[in-house]
Amino acid sequence: MFASPLAWVVLAFMQFVLALIFLKQIDGFLQVQAQLARTPNAPGLTEIVVVPMFSVGSMLLLMSTPLLTMRLISEERRNQTMALLMSAPISMTQIIIGKFVAMIVFLALINLLILVMALSLLAGGILDLGLLFANLIGLTLLGCSFAAIGLFISCLTAHPVVAAILSLAVFLALWIINAAATDPQSSLHLISLLKRFEGFLNGTVATTDLVFFALLTTTFLILSIRRLDSERLHA
Amino acid sequence: MKDTASPEVTLAGVGLSRRYGNNLAVDDVSLELKRGEILGLLGPNGAGKTTAMKMITGNLAPSAGSVNVCGIDLIDRPTAAKAKIGYLPEIPPLYKELRVDEYLRLAGRLHRLPGSALGDAVQRAKRRAGLSDMGQRLIGSLSKGYQQRVGIAQAIIHDPDVVILDEPTVGLDPNQIREIRSLIRELGNEHSVILSTHILPEVEAICDRVQILHRGKVVFADAISGLRAFRGGHSLQVSLRRPPQLEDLQKAVQPAQVEQVGEGVFRVIAPPGQDSTDQLLRESLERDWGLYQLSPAQASVEEVFVHLTRQDDAGAVMTEDSRMETPA
Repeated sequence: MFASPLAWVVLAFMQFVLALIFLKQIDGFLQVQAQLARTPNAPGLTEIVVVPMFSVGSMLLLMSTPLLTMRLISEERRNQTMALLMSAPISMTQIIIGKFVAMIVFLALINLLILVMALSLLAGGILDLGLLFANLIGLTLLGCSFAAIGLFISCLTAHPVVAAILSLAVFLALWIINAAATDPQSSLHLISLLKRFEGFLNGTVATTDLVFFALLTTTFLILSIRRLDSERLHA
Repeated sequence: MKDTASPEVTLAGVGLSRRYGNNLAVDDVSLELKRGEILGLLGPNGAGKTTAMKMITGNLAPSAGSVNVCGIDLIDRPTAAKAKIGYLPEIPPLYKELRVDEYLRLAGRLHRLPGSALGDAVQRAKRRAGLSDMGQRLIGSLSKGYQQRVGIAQAIIHDPDVVILDEPTVGLDPNQIREIRSLIRELGNEHSVILSTHILPEVEAICDRVQILHRGKVVFADAISGLRAFRGGHSLQVSLRRPPQLEDLQKAVQPAQVEQVGEGVFRVIAPPGQDSTDQLLRESLERDWGLYQLSPAQASVEEVFVHLTRQDDAGAVMTEDSRMETPA
């Protein structure tokens, strides 16, 4: 993966955008610092700088994960290298888990970049570490879900570009599906990734959200395994 | 099958069938391979060679039948069975952006070679495939022949009992073909090898036994000598300046069969164990046919197929499968 330029371009791009946000938010914080000091119960450094960074980070993840996951399986098919994996003494589950873990390691790298930037603020201020880690957990879970869905879609086709576009469409749909709901009690809110992720941004690590992301990830991993298996059986 | 398989049988496929929708790609194919044996799977395009090989290697689940690798059932214990097989698909599964060494290490790790043995395994596979100086080259920058060798190195890196090669010489130049063939013969000393091809001389040059597939069925299975006899090792092609009637020629060379191939060109096919050359020469001189060319004729693959399928229709399939189709 790191032999290809794609990984580096994605990393560089994300870092560039995140750094921009980071600096802009710090700048904003410094301007309003005096007022904030006088306001009781005012938002602190974490809320003003770190949270927007994670928020933008989630958008960047939404856009870049399709590019990263698109080739996981479809490229193997395209290059006819799937046979190497299929005839090796490893199971379909191991193939899928291996691909998934590789993806997660890469996404963790992105998270790490954000984390390091946030922690650098400790040099000159105080951070709400609880809020910071709630954000981090949220972004990680979101990344896992994206990776699992992207992986499954990559299993469906032999064309990486098709996989990328399809993944992006699915991510976007899941992201903003709550917008379609007029009723605040609508079940669409339950499956909206944005709604789920917002909780983490506010610093709430709810069990339901944890379970939701875990279920979403496992479901798509199992679907991927089934998909590869059925290919061996019916293709 | 498990109980009756003698220890030296490394691979046994019994009654393998594979259906694609309504199309029966492979129909009740059985094959058996002993250690140190090279089996050639021969057939025209679309005969089901690749499908059969995919089933043997666990890339494709058979619709019916079973595969047994060194006493391990491929369907019951796929990982254990796959560990004993090395497979080179029709298109070598190469990651073009990797170096040869990196790629072979990856292949070795996929086969769960421990870290300590990995280096040795890579070196040995490279040496056997003639890639010793190529370790640092990018696979994508290698010629087709060398890429094929990397594919073969990948298939033998874990020292498998059975090596399965799908059309290993396709698209190579004559020199490369010769090199790959000698490599395969060398592999056959220690491993069992199955190779598929649609080139008849290739099978004759390398294999110990041959199975011919046609429309998914085995139409011929015998040792290579059987194939030679079958395709007319004693057939002759004669060219005559003043050809007689076909019937006259036929009578002259009894009991051999005569076919007209072209204008004044005939093929004389002697039954196994007989030679009609002397007879033919004598008759030609006596009757002044003006014989100007006489050469041993080689039936082309197509002709063999035509012959075999004709036999197939007649219900007299020439096969030694009966032995394998009656498991205890």
